[in-house]
Amino acid sequence: MRKLVTSVLAGIGLTLACGTSVYAQEKSLTIFWAEWDPANYLQELGNEYEKETGVKITVETTPWSDFQTKAFTEFNAHGDAYDLVVGDSQWLGAGSTGGHYVDLTDFFKKHDLGNVMAPATVKYYAEYPGNSGKYWAIPLEGDAVGWSYRKDWFEDPKEKEAFRAKYGYDLDVPKDFKALRDIAEFFYRPDQKRYGIAIYTDNSYDAMAMGFENALFSYGGELGDYSTYKVDGHINSDKAVAALDAYKELYKFTPPGWAKSFFVEDNQAITENLAAMSMNFFAFFPSLINEASNPNAKNTGFFANPPGPNGDQFAALGGQGISVISYSKKQDEAMKFLEWFIKDETQKKWAALGGYTCSAAVLKSPEFQSATPYNKAFYETMFKVKDFWAVPEYAELLQQLNQRVYPYMIGGEGTAKQTLDALAADWNATFKKYGRVQ
Amino acid sequence: MATTMITTLERSSRAAARGLSDISIRNLFIIPTVLFLIVFNIFPLIYSLGYSFTDFRASTNAPANFVGLQNYRDLLNDPYVWSNFAITAKYVIISVAGQLLVGFGVAMLLNRDIPLKGLITTLLLLPMMLSMAVVGLFWKLLYDPSWGVINYALGLGNFEWLADPKMALYAVALTDIWMWSPFVMLLSLAGLSAVPKHLYEAAAIDRAGPFYTFFRITLPLVAPILMIAVIFRTMEAFKTFDLAYILTSQPTAELISIRLYKMAFQEWQTGRSCAMAYIVLIMVLAITNIYVKYLNKVKER
Repeated sequence: MRKLVTSVLAGIGLTLACGTSVYAQEKSLTIFWAEWDPANYLQELGNEYEKETGVKITVETTPWSDFQTKAFTEFNAHGDAYDLVVGDSQWLGAGSTGGHYVDLTDFFKKHDLGNVMAPATVKYYAEYPGNSGKYWAIPLEGDAVGWSYRKDWFEDPKEKEAFRAKYGYDLDVPKDFKALRDIAEFFYRPDQKRYGIAIYTDNSYDAMAMGFENALFSYGGELGDYSTYKVDGHINSDKAVAALDAYKELYKFTPPGWAKSFFVEDNQAITENLAAMSMNFFAFFPSLINEASNPNAKNTGFFANPPGPNGDQFAALGGQGISVISYSKKQDEAMKFLEWFIKDETQKKWAALGGYTCSAAVLKSPEFQSATPYNKAFYETMFKVKDFWAVPEYAELLQQLNQRVYPYMIGGEGTAKQTLDALAADWNATFKKYGRVQ
Repeated sequence: MATTMITTLERSSRAAARGLSDISIRNLFIIPTVLFLIVFNIFPLIYSLGYSFTDFRASTNAPANFVGLQNYRDLLNDPYVWSNFAITAKYVIISVAGQLLVGFGVAMLLNRDIPLKGLITTLLLLPMMLSMAVVGLFWKLLYDPSWGVINYALGLGNFEWLADPKMALYAVALTDIWMWSPFVMLLSLAGLSAVPKHLYEAAAIDRAGPFYTFFRITLPLVAPILMIAVIFRTMEAFKTFDLAYILTSQPTAELISIRLYKMAFQEWQTGRSCAMAYIVLIMVLAITNIYVKYLNKVKER
């Protein structure tokens, strides 16, 4: 018994000792983000900050699949485990109206960030509600959906000849969605275990929505009117219906079993010689030019999301801004970090480490654009991006989209028009529930 | 009254020497458990019942408004929720029936003197010792049409186990059967080895056929323990989450627990998801009750 008591006491003592040792280092900040390469780059940037100021930066990560759940569990409990969070653009509504994020409007105005950062990143990563002039985050990691492709397949003279004979124009990086479809069809050869295209289809979070948006926005369609929340006539417009059909058409040319695919699967499509073209967020492209993770690194090229039939060209926005959590006890320290982060030379360092800077000056610089094979496509894309709803109930809207679009895309149930009409009704009911429309 | 229910302390024991009475020892052991149960089970259970009548959302600062039975009404009118229940029922039936068949079958095979019986039994138990999430990840690879070993071994070409809306649920059930048949096997083995040998000898003397022996002697005597296996497996199958969540995202394989998870932790509709949890709880209780009644009946025989 005495032994037990002693050991329990020793355990408690040890725990306390560990606890106090964490607090012993007074100046430290914890940033919460998802588990991926950019988080490692941010940690490296944080190490530089520690060298300069002595404040230790820890980037804590969790897999993407439960990033949202874990972050909001912590917010809802008003926990101070994290001082800053690099949150998804859709979280702005929930983060700001829920009181989880610190209002950064003054900070934004003081440093004129509206002009320092690329306009689209300010609009989608920082401002909520739209056009309100209230800011809740500093654009940190710019991101959008782009495409990678197999240069060696595209440049093969035999393929070029066969393609020209079949479609009447040259095989090259797709100039529009029709060419994207043609090339996907051309390379779809199940007997050779080669397939045309890899797209997003996973319906557990926002993958399906991001993939569909790529087609929707380039076809000139819209999710709805972001200021009036009117969706009928937008999400089920003729353009939107044509876009959904175009996206479903691409599904025909995907590798077998492509019904739950997101960024991991889409990069595998290139590394495992499965597909000629693959949709993915730019943030996942660094591993495609790395020979250690992609045996086809030398033969992988990149292009921006192509225009639709009317020449509109847009892409679905990914990426995140960094926000100060209102339950943090070290908000002053966090603001100092942000002040350092927005400096031009820090942004240059961030880009050099592999982060996708949102600084307009750095993005426009020739050295950034020539640094990697995809930076130019990224620069082009970041000035024509659109995003999903950022209202606090975005997750319900997302779930409704998955619920309607997935059975049509994968199961072939109903028609595109029926699908989007039903989705418009669902969204309208949701907006009604939250008092956004009458 | 209570004191007569428990065995008294041995007078020469150290506890008795320290002056601890029977009751204080009982309390020492039971009170922490009861407290634990109340704090972590009973309290949240009652608390969430309260929430189920509100429009509370954990992700906002907005106060919870009392909405009466609105959440229950909406949920029971939602065709998607009904389809989730239908999918779950189908899944439970397929997976529990499969486990019973395979588990009991293997137990019958093992219930004889064969060399290395202990080793074989232990190896057969391995699947159920793995974590559900790990099994899900492994089977996802096994089912993969491009490099999965199942299609390769069975010569099925590019058959899409998980991407085919009609097949996905069966694929998940198959994995569950693989994982949990050993559990049924273990219980059946215990039941089978408890059947008195003299009954079989008597049957042999009376020249009873193998079918007659099985249906008249083996099955009735093993039935109670099989029922216990069925109760456990039904409850577990009803709340299957990780396996199905990892394997597929087909709406045709969206079990009620996955729906509940999405509602509670992705959409943060806390009030409504509490109501949903209560509906599920009532259903599980009802099903278990039927089983328990039947179990008591079987035991009486």
